[in-house]
Amino acid sequence: MLEYARWKYILIAVLLAAAILFALPNVFGNAPALQLAHADHSPVTSAQADSVVAYLKAQRIPYQGFYVQNGRLLVRFSDVTDQLRAHDAIDTKYQDTYISALALMPLTPAWLRDLGLKPMPLGLDLQGGLNLLYQVDIKSAVSELLQTYSQDAGRALAEAGIPTDGISVVTTGGSAVPNTVRIVLAPKADVAAAQRALTRPLQGLTFTARSTSSGTVLEAVMPQSQLRLRENYAIEQSITTLRNRVNQLGVSEPIVQRQGNDRIDVQLPGIQNPAEAANLLGQVATLQFRLNDMENNPLEAQQTGNVPLGDQLFTDTSSGFPVLLKREVIATGDELTDATVGESTQGPAVNITLDSRAGENMLRTTKANVGKQMGVVLITKHSVTSVVNGKKIIRYVTKEKVINDATIQGVFSDRFQITGLTLGEAQDLAILLRSGSLPAPIAQVGEQIIGPSLGRQNIKWGITALVIGMLGVLAFMAIYYKVFGLVADLVLIANVVLLAALLSMMHASLSLPGIAGIILTVGIAVDANVLIYERVREELRKGVSPQAAIRAGFEKAFSAILDSNITTGIAGLVLWIFGTGAIRGFAVVLVLGIATSMFTSLMGSRALVTLMYGGRKKLVKLHI
Amino acid sequence: MEFFSHQTNYPFMATRKAWYGLSIVLMVVSLTLLFTRGLNFAIDFTGGVSAQASFPVAADLSAVRAQLAAAGFHDAVVEYIGSSRQIGVRLPPEPGLKVDELRARVDAALKAVNPGVSGLSLSVVGPQVGSQLETSAMWALAGTLALIFMYIAWRFHTWRLSLGAILAVVHDPILVLGFFAATQMSFNLNVVAAVLAVIGYSLNDTVVVFDRIRERFEGNRRLAPEVVLDQAINQTLSRTIMTKVVTSIVVVALLVLGGPVLRGFSAALLIGILAGTYSSIYISSSIALQCGLTAEHLFPTVRKTAADHLP
Repeated sequence: MLEYARWKYILIAVLLAAAILFALPNVFGNAPALQLAHADHSPVTSAQADSVVAYLKAQRIPYQGFYVQNGRLLVRFSDVTDQLRAHDAIDTKYQDTYISALALMPLTPAWLRDLGLKPMPLGLDLQGGLNLLYQVDIKSAVSELLQTYSQDAGRALAEAGIPTDGISVVTTGGSAVPNTVRIVLAPKADVAAAQRALTRPLQGLTFTARSTSSGTVLEAVMPQSQLRLRENYAIEQSITTLRNRVNQLGVSEPIVQRQGNDRIDVQLPGIQNPAEAANLLGQVATLQFRLNDMENNPLEAQQTGNVPLGDQLFTDTSSGFPVLLKREVIATGDELTDATVGESTQGPAVNITLDSRAGENMLRTTKANVGKQMGVVLITKHSVTSVVNGKKIIRYVTKEKVINDATIQGVFSDRFQITGLTLGEAQDLAILLRSGSLPAPIAQVGEQIIGPSLGRQNIKWGITALVIGMLGVLAFMAIYYKVFGLVADLVLIANVVLLAALLSMMHASLSLPGIAGIILTVGIAVDANVLIYERVREELRKGVSPQAAIRAGFEKAFSAILDSNITTGIAGLVLWIFGTGAIRGFAVVLVLGIATSMFTSLMGSRALVTLMYGGRKKLVKLHI
Repeated sequence: MEFFSHQTNYPFMATRKAWYGLSIVLMVVSLTLLFTRGLNFAIDFTGGVSAQASFPVAADLSAVRAQLAAAGFHDAVVEYIGSSRQIGVRLPPEPGLKVDELRARVDAALKAVNPGVSGLSLSVVGPQVGSQLETSAMWALAGTLALIFMYIAWRFHTWRLSLGAILAVVHDPILVLGFFAATQMSFNLNVVAAVLAVIGYSLNDTVVVFDRIRERFEGNRRLAPEVVLDQAINQTLSRTIMTKVVTSIVVVALLVLGGPVLRGFSAALLIGILAGTYSSIYISSSIALQCGLTAEHLFPTVRKTAADHLP
């Protein structure tokens, strides 16, 4: 008699039922669709949805269906031609209202959608889209931090009355990034007093002092661990910002992730116009609020070229007049918590909300300066690539312009408006501000556009290979191992279902290498079954009774299956951790597939075999 | 149905010197090819531009080449992919050119040949991306090998088997790389994934044989190691071949039907699976034997049988 615990049967049944449910959304496929979203994140109402659809009807563009999900309107079409026509039509009429994006809409029935079940999203190689790779300029992020340290140091020394011959940020000790604040003290300066004065502003940095002919040089070195921390912060913040900007593009299912040390991978399914996307993503924009210098004449400064100390000369972009702003910054874009398009008595405006610290600062400044003017400086940075001596150099060009200069009408703190803009300017400014500023410049170092037709071709190839390969294996197993082969076939199918369910639950996107991974998992699952059945045959040859042979087969094959799968799993895990993009997609499937194949072939297969043969008292022959 | 006589008894260990010779010859040939011809690195590694586009009519490749040359791309590789309406273009890395500029120039050149060009797919990779990839691939490889060495040493209580497994595992990818150097098939990131999967597969086989060695030694500690190893390999032979046949069915399906993107990937897997089968039979156990493997190494203390941990 073979026995198998009842709870194991129940566990298997429950898991399989759940797996079928989770994997189910994948069988319905996708249709070309358009996704419409409001630029300011406000949800699309059903009345708005109806009017869009009515417009499509009026334009005689046939659509298959539509629904609103997560505040976004999805309209489905029967083919790509209709989808593109609709895209053009909607962009013409609703350009200012909606951000439209080409998307694939899952044909999942409503009841599954209501349960929150979704199919695996398709990778870029399977549905077409744009893949951008950015490099973060870590160096400038670190040097910016050291810059603030050096300013604090200068202030502290000035307060303590210690004369210096210069403070600079330099790179020492073979560091890849700037890591040192160097302070050259004046020859007569009191070195001990200087060090005392610097302990607080330069906390956490390691001091060294050396005397030279021109005076004592103090060097404060930032420890490696802190540099690393700053670098990581710069990358994480850049990812958050890029993610915000990507959301502004209205792409469905975008992916923004870190790649390697200093790169960010951005995947935009359905986007076919790289210039537009890259433009919005690559801009580094931040704002500064500064007071006008009311004592000096900006026209005079412009004509003579003599800019008063502590001031900076700009040209107001809207009026064309020169403007003198104080260098002192009241608030920056980093301290901004929200920016929305609003209305004012002078036309469109941007409503700004600052965080509490900047709000206090603003309150203090406006209290003392009512009636004076305040300027808003927009700082954008673009990367410019050039070649010097055959080497590629990426330079960052900073553009500063005053986008607004207005009289402070009253006292305000953390909420106020920027006025005097056109509607378009207000929208663009709000988007740029809201998506936050990048802590460091980024440069685009890679780009991949996959046309939608290539995507469809790829998915056809992948699925055909999967189905044919799978059928071949199923037929082979059934012929070679007869009844046990059929058991293996059921187990293999269960394995693919389980794997699809896991991937759908994780919402891992399915790419071509992922499909290859699924196919390989079939190989791994087959291996486990072969190990077991060969063992059963071996035992039968020894003359052991059929039921004892089955038991021995499963028990003796166990250690081989475990050890061999764990070693393969190790290789898969390393790929998962080190790999990026396609390799990672493959590794995820491989590792999960190893887990599901161990479960299905050890537990599923055993349960099935026990069910078939376990209860029979007079079992004389196994069909294996 | 069965392909194998019930009990094969091939003297694998006795002939191991001859197989070492074969392996050494294959490895030397592979390494020579690797260093003389080198790999045909795809733009994943070299940086550069790779583009595909569909023409409304059969594309005139020489016209495409001429237009690209006029746009300043003199070393463009232009070829048909799939049909005469689908073309693929590869351009060498061009330092100093901006990604969107490159794209615009390629797009304009293709449109100049035929304004009806559609479905442009394009990849632009900066060259420095490639060098970082190479480094991380090397780390992944080293990390994998180290972890596997430790796992086997822990599970089987001896470094001798670890060493055998690792040598077999180094052997297989070298043959795969040799194949790619010989055929000059495009070596891209997917192929790297395949090579690493080959390592996993090869190990899988090797460990199954090791598991049987452990089991054989357990019952017959007095038997000569050479005999035990032969028995272990013979007894797992039908499984080894069977699994490979079945896995090959899916990989061949992938090779034939999976489309050009996966061609290199599936070719690498197929070669790797063949090499892995050979190395797990002839290399891994022989090396352990060469290092003086005996029953005592596997059973330093009395251990529980694995059946105690059955699921």
